[in-house]
Amino acid sequence: MKLRFLLPLILLGSASVLRADLSSSIEKLRAVDREGKGNAEATEAWKEIAKSDAATLTQILAGMNGANPLAENWLRTAAGVVAEKAVMGNGISIDSLVAFLQDTKNAAAPRVLAFDLIRQSKPEMSENLVMNLLADPSSELRRYPVTKLLEEGEAALSAGKKDVAGDTYQKALVAARDEDQIKSIAKKLRELGRTVDLPKHFGFLMNWQVIAPFTNVERKGFDEVFPPEKEINLKASYPGKGSDAKWAPFESKDDYGMIDFNKPFTMLKEVTGYAYTEFNSTEALDAEIRIGCKNGWKVWLNGELVFARDEYHRGMKLDQYKLPVRLKKGANKILVKCCQNEQTENWTVEWQFQMRICDATGTAIAEAK
Amino acid sequence: MTPSLFRPLTLLVAGISALGIFSSALAADWLQFRGPNGAGISADSKAPGPQVKVAWTADLPGRGLSSPIVVGDKVFVTCASGPEQQSLHVFCFDAKTGKTVWERVLRATGRTMTQSKTCVAAPTPCSDGKLVFAHYSSNDLFAFDLDGNLQWLRGLTYDYSNASNSLGMAQSLSVIDGTLVVQSENDSESFAAGIDTATGVNKWKIDRPKAANWTTALHVKAGGKQLVTLQSSKGILGIDPNTGKEVWNYADGASTIPSSTFNDGVIYAVSHGITALQPDGNSISQLWRNEKLNPGTASPLVIGGAIYAVNGAGVLIRASAKNGDEVWKLRLKGPFSGSPVAAGQYIYIAGERGDFQVVDTTTKEGSIVSTVELKETILCTPAISNGAVYVRSDGKLWKLE
Repeated sequence: MKLRFLLPLILLGSASVLRADLSSSIEKLRAVDREGKGNAEATEAWKEIAKSDAATLTQILAGMNGANPLAENWLRTAAGVVAEKAVMGNGISIDSLVAFLQDTKNAAAPRVLAFDLIRQSKPEMSENLVMNLLADPSSELRRYPVTKLLEEGEAALSAGKKDVAGDTYQKALVAARDEDQIKSIAKKLRELGRTVDLPKHFGFLMNWQVIAPFTNVERKGFDEVFPPEKEINLKASYPGKGSDAKWAPFESKDDYGMIDFNKPFTMLKEVTGYAYTEFNSTEALDAEIRIGCKNGWKVWLNGELVFARDEYHRGMKLDQYKLPVRLKKGANKILVKCCQNEQTENWTVEWQFQMRICDATGTAIAEAK
Repeated sequence: MTPSLFRPLTLLVAGISALGIFSSALAADWLQFRGPNGAGISADSKAPGPQVKVAWTADLPGRGLSSPIVVGDKVFVTCASGPEQQSLHVFCFDAKTGKTVWERVLRATGRTMTQSKTCVAAPTPCSDGKLVFAHYSSNDLFAFDLDGNLQWLRGLTYDYSNASNSLGMAQSLSVIDGTLVVQSENDSESFAAGIDTATGVNKWKIDRPKAANWTTALHVKAGGKQLVTLQSSKGILGIDPNTGKEVWNYADGASTIPSSTFNDGVIYAVSHGITALQPDGNSISQLWRNEKLNPGTASPLVIGGAIYAVNGAGVLIRASAKNGDEVWKLRLKGPFSGSPVAAGQYIYIAGERGDFQVVDTTTKEGSIVSTVELKETILCTPAISNGAVYVRSDGKLWKLE
């Protein structure tokens, strides 16, 4: 009889012991870092976690909160193994996964994994959850309801309900964060005669002061320090390559915010240009500067070098580089160096970049008025 | 024979038989890009032969052009899914049935941008027989045991932030004596590293020419030394795989797409057409050069006394391995991204349009003896193991036997 009363306590105690042991293993995975640091300790810790049962899934997912991307992968694979065993044994707790998903204080990566696990084990439940994700902090989770809205828009169009289709696509655009979805929606909206302001949606920086040409012969201009890197004097004129270099305003008219040096300066080769702008932030906050550029480039924020990339003409795409930054309240000074090289093939004429400022989800950060 | 002697002898015979079976099992393994020593030739006594048909297919959820590798009865394949190919998959399939044994999914920590023809799961994985190592264009590197337990991982762009190529990277892995040789050669932060297979920590890391490069290292044994050769637009560097230190340097340039091959003491370098080089322990010398023998994307193959190269027009050229003189040409159904591989007298190659072709090299001017239409774009180099050939597309893995 005593055992009957004691057994739940024993099991509870066992569960507590298991959780405590798992915490230590999870911490070992969270401790991994660059150049293989922590890998040796993580190997055994991973095996311990992978042996655990489905009751520990949300604990493993929570371990991904605030973890670096390497640690996330350790935890992600462990969660995958635990979930796979649980699905086969019908032991996965969908309610706990849903609760984890719905708690937006959890980081995006484990919430995406939670949704994937829900989709794999109870697809019909994930369908019911999808429309709740339209304003989700995770751009990856938003894809699902945006896809659904695209389908609904298409259905409305096929039924001849253009206004309904337009409103549906509009709703989709507000939520969409991925380029492929945004492009599809914008095309549909424009075909329906609706106005789409893509630069505003993306948060492209459209108005700059630009100056060129400085030299980039033998690609040495990339490292050479030209005057704009020392001072921003928009009235100044400097000796340049073949002509004086002076600042001039440039406003992009491109849907994707392309700042094209060829337009004011013509298609020069082996030259360096700079672009300068100020972004007024309503408050100090974490943000991302996202740049697409197929020339050599450098970016400074408030006088500090953020990143430099000396690759030429290997391709350009939206959000090619995502640079985490901290904006200060008020004016933030952004300087871009853009270097054109010596190549003469017709696919090397571009001397341009596009830049936007957004949060980590890809949502444009509006400039203070 | 007295009973007291019989038992040890029985055990000895059993041991020798087991060793033979074990050796034959190992000979059937295809552990890296282009198989044993990266030469593209099956060491297995059981060959697929001239006529093959589809034994099974397995669906793959994302893009990939990496070759499958085979360890025992397990086939490993990588792919990448998602709108940005950010989900990185490692699959283990049962070689007999095609059923999934295990799958692991991780996230890219590096950049997943590539040119549209190639993709993130382009580098071929490798194995030392106990662990499987997978690499991706995002510069993510994973090590699993054969049962799918994660041993370690690295994010090489996370570590070295300019180590990426916006066109995509495709250099494949190889492993030698506890060192995993990884190449991340690109225009910006270009390096090669020898990584400890047990811990994932660098044993050595050397700067490489700052130029995009898609070739794969070779293992070269010469003058009693085991070397690894790293090919680039500058040439071919022979290094000690344990330390990364230079042993010799052939600096007359080489291709950045088709990889060279090593056979019977000679490196057939994709350099000025094909240049045959003889390494000894500490230096390298040129044997011959044929500037008209120009591989396209596919890496050349040496079988016996002949070198085979597929040129940019999809023509298979046979030349003498002794002096590079052309022997015959055979038009195949191209174009080709994947390289040819061979077992016995047969070459196996998959065209981009899905034509898997078997070429008999012993007929007068070579001949295509069979074609299997796979009806999907095939960009990979096949793998051969245990009498079967494995090829993959973005959506499928085939076993042909």
